Amino acid sequence: MIALLIRDLRLAMRAGGGFGLSLAFFLIVVVLVPFGVGPEMSLLSRIAPGILWVGALLACLLSLDRIFALDYEDGSLDLLATSPLPAEGIVTVKAIAHWLTTGLPLVVIAPVLGILLGLPQQGYFWIVLSLLLGTPALSVIGTFGAALTVGIKRGGLLLSLLVLPLYVPTLIYGAELARRGTQGLETGTPLLMLAGITCAVTALLPFASAAVLRINLR
Amino acid sequence: MSLQVSNLSVSRGGRTLLEGVTFDVDTGHALILRGPNGLGKTTLLRTLAGLQKPEAGTVHLPEEDAVYAGHLDGIKATLTVRENLMFWARVFGTQSIDRALRTFDLSDLLDRSGGMLSAGQKRRLGLARLMVTGRKFWMLDEPTVSLDQASVAQFADMIRAHLASGGSAIMATHIDLGLGADVRVLDLSAFRATTPKLHASEEAFL
Repeated sequence: MIALLIRDLRLAMRAGGGFGLSLAFFLIVVVLVPFGVGPEMSLLSRIAPGILWVGALLACLLSLDRIFALDYEDGSLDLLATSPLPAEGIVTVKAIAHWLTTGLPLVVIAPVLGILLGLPQQGYFWIVLSLLLGTPALSVIGTFGAALTVGIKRGGLLLSLLVLPLYVPTLIYGAELARRGTQGLETGTPLLMLAGITCAVTALLPFASAAVLRINLR
Repeated sequence: MSLQVSNLSVSRGGRTLLEGVTFDVDTGHALILRGPNGLGKTTLLRTLAGLQKPEAGTVHLPEEDAVYAGHLDGIKATLTVRENLMFWARVFGTQSIDRALRTFDLSDLLDRSGGMLSAGQKRRLGLARLMVTGRKFWMLDEPTVSLDQASVAQFADMIRAHLASGGSAIMATHIDLGLGADVRVLDLSAFRATTPKLHASEEAFL
């Protein structure tokens, strides 16, 4: 399983691997927002946590269809499915690799983009914390969606339609945590809910992903 | 130890292709599947490899003993030949790729990236993968496609060595490999499903 993780990370780093694509997309989305809503600093700093969260979510979505599609197209997925690795292990490793190449970089760059939006000083800690807690859930749910649509030609749009509604709880509590933290309000409830969602999907969804993957490989 | 298949039915896309397939293959022996295109050879091999469930009947084979090689070789274009092969060696828990490299003359291509290989070289790399898996039962689907004559001879040598070391191979191929007495030929036309019944409801839902 470590071998698979190393291979996926290596593939992501190589030419055409898509690493950096999500980051660039995140950057552009966040830069575009002030053009859309105007340069009013008080408004921007108020909506900054929400923009950062929606931007991170869309950037995450962008790279989901690569999780299984590439391996399916060149036949690796069939070969992996007949290897000693359990399907649950494969989907878990895929989700981890996706988070390391997409989620984690987004967490790291979010504070920098926070400056662009005039995020208040106390907000930086909370935006990083909320993304750190929430993005693993985005990767795990996304892996489930990718497993559902593997084998469908041009399945990217269908994947987005399936996955975006599933992202709603993570988005609500993630953005709420960042907003409350930024405004100095009590953060206990959204923090626990966000952490709970991430723990629950990480524990349960790999089994569902493995099951649909097996069906799709038939 | 042997692979025993009894009364096996396989289906693809909700349509039963083969019925009542029965054979067994002992270690040290190979079985060549023959039959016209679209008969269900690939589906049968995928079922044997455990990629899909049999429609009816049983396949008796320890699951950790089969390895599948299909039409696609699973080669990553941006990884080198060495990285591609080492990955599979690690996945299957075997460490040495030297013998596989020597068998298929891949040593000169070690640092070439997968995307730069020709079709025949890719196929050789795909077949070399079989050797690093260390598994006994090889399910091979058209293994000699895009190989030149010299490579076909290398492939036949590999199969002979594999059988001699107690392995086994079930392959769908149309050419004569000259493997000798350990090989049986099974014409699947005899097992063509007579009543191609549709059971679309479940498949459509999935």
